[in-house]
Amino acid sequence: MERVALTDEAADLIRRLVADHGPLMFHQSGGCCDGSAPMCFPAGEFRTGASDVHLGDLVVDDLAVPVWMSAAQFEYWRHTHLTIDVVLGRGSGFSLEAPLGVRFLVRSRLL
Amino acid sequence: MAKYAAPGQPGSLVTYRDRYDHFIGGDYVRPAKGEYFANPTPVTGEVFTEVARGTAEDVERALDAAHGASAAWGRTPVAQRANVLNEIADRIEDNLELLAVAETWENGKPIRETLAADLPLAVDHFRYFAGVIRAQEGGISQISDDLVAYHFQEPLGVVAQIIPWNFPLLMATWKLAPALAAGNAVVLKPAEQTPASIHVLMELIADLLPPGVVNVVNGFGVEAGKPLASSSRVAKVAFTGETTTGRLIMQYASENIIPVTLELGGKSPNVFFSDVAAHQDAFYDKALEGFTMFALNQGEVCTCPSRALIQSGIYDRFLSDATERTKAIRQGHPLDTDTMIGAQASNDQLEKILAYIDIGKREGARLVTGGERADLGGELSGGYYVTPTIFEGDNKMRIFQEEIFGPVVSVTRFDSYDDAMKIANDTLYGLGAGVWSRDGGVAYRAGRDIQAGRVWVNNYHAYPAHAAFGGYKNSGIGRENHRMMLDHYQQTKNLLVSYGQDAQGFF
Repeated sequence: MERVALTDEAADLIRRLVADHGPLMFHQSGGCCDGSAPMCFPAGEFRTGASDVHLGDLVVDDLAVPVWMSAAQFEYWRHTHLTIDVVLGRGSGFSLEAPLGVRFLVRSRLL
Repeated sequence: MAKYAAPGQPGSLVTYRDRYDHFIGGDYVRPAKGEYFANPTPVTGEVFTEVARGTAEDVERALDAAHGASAAWGRTPVAQRANVLNEIADRIEDNLELLAVAETWENGKPIRETLAADLPLAVDHFRYFAGVIRAQEGGISQISDDLVAYHFQEPLGVVAQIIPWNFPLLMATWKLAPALAAGNAVVLKPAEQTPASIHVLMELIADLLPPGVVNVVNGFGVEAGKPLASSSRVAKVAFTGETTTGRLIMQYASENIIPVTLELGGKSPNVFFSDVAAHQDAFYDKALEGFTMFALNQGEVCTCPSRALIQSGIYDRFLSDATERTKAIRQGHPLDTDTMIGAQASNDQLEKILAYIDIGKREGARLVTGGERADLGGELSGGYYVTPTIFEGDNKMRIFQEEIFGPVVSVTRFDSYDDAMKIANDTLYGLGAGVWSRDGGVAYRAGRDIQAGRVWVNNYHAYPAHAAFGGYKNSGIGRENHRMMLDHYQQTKNLLVSYGQDAQGFF
């Protein structure tokens, strides 16, 4: 079952970030402030483990960008499909896109 | 009503500078790479200053300054350190309106809140930690006739603090006051959404602090926060934010074997038992206000009571009354003293809230009121405003499980006490909770049964310095506020001293 997708704008941003940082990964954050948003890191920067679920890969050109979420959070999300989009903003956390004045955002629909 | 003039306008109490550098070693220092980023006010969306875009080089420079200052500050007598904190408190109090205007312009929150809560609480927190550090005592344990264990508290040294954007000055104070009281030097990174108001404060208090004791490095998380959090030169990292970055900070800390304190948010239940509606009196009115607290600070509070659980017997009537109370919230210019709800702190925050309102509708939650972006007209049209929003639904829905960090409350009903506790605890988080009942026994038991670090009983959103604040479950590690916070910024030194003359007998 496909659980994740991305908009054209997100794909363009990923191409730009890959050029600067190499292969990428996403981990969906929970909690306050900049939470409830997808965080983008260089692949391997964020250590996933047995408490995480691999939701799927975003495919941009020939590159696969894995999307992860904590397993506990996934229990509440499993009935929804996530599309990663981009909006103007001033992201935080340590997500790679923030200095560009944009922010990845999740849009959801029911599976 | 009164309306404060915006910073930089004629008659304003405060003018932001056109540009802010890093504050390092007691001076303003240009960023090593010479870059700055624009800082808009959420009130209008217009840029009002630019701020240094820090990088690893700037973090290293700040760490050099902090390491240069930490030993002397740590040896400074506690009475003297306490005096400095008291002087900082006095300086804030003397400039309270000025700082309130600066904070409102930076964050978008109504001036009513910055005047009545953010800044007065900051004053009190500095005074509180000035008091408790002087009252702190070590320990003496007599192990045997000739063997005595002395316990001393010592500063950690240089600590890193990463501050959130929802209460820029107050959250900086929550972290700075105990760290400084305990004798540490600090490198602090403000949120990139609210990087400037801290500099209005620093300019007011810089002369009170020895150079290097407090250093402020601005910049983006990935460029300045990460080098700070992953540095082998800090003895501790304190972070308020979200779970993924919290995990990343723990991961970096594990590489350096240092402690962290993390405050990572919540999805706080606010539980109303039937007896709150037993009388139409002041207490019922207080409970309705307690419901409406979800809109305080535009819902941008980690402990926002974003889930309301109402007992079946009073459900329809209470929700109807609470909805009327919510509709009475005055949304307007944040610098107007009558305004009760201001602007969300950033455009991406606005977009995220609207995306959650969308998924709430898709999941079948019923929109009771609000649920849209508010266009307040004129210069405010470019700002980030959301109408206070009430949803009715089921606790399994995502709007009941995820922190929206906006003025959105998700309401559901419960039948029995056990139902209430089951729903209240069906969450990944455990930061805050509210319990409302005229029955002291019920209120007490509920307060103990809810798995959260702070349970407000018959009140909500009070943050006194002398009450511990922090999370169970995914809401984080450690506490803030209260004297116990000193422990999070201190090492324990044990001196085990023998006063005997005889060999121990092993060799």
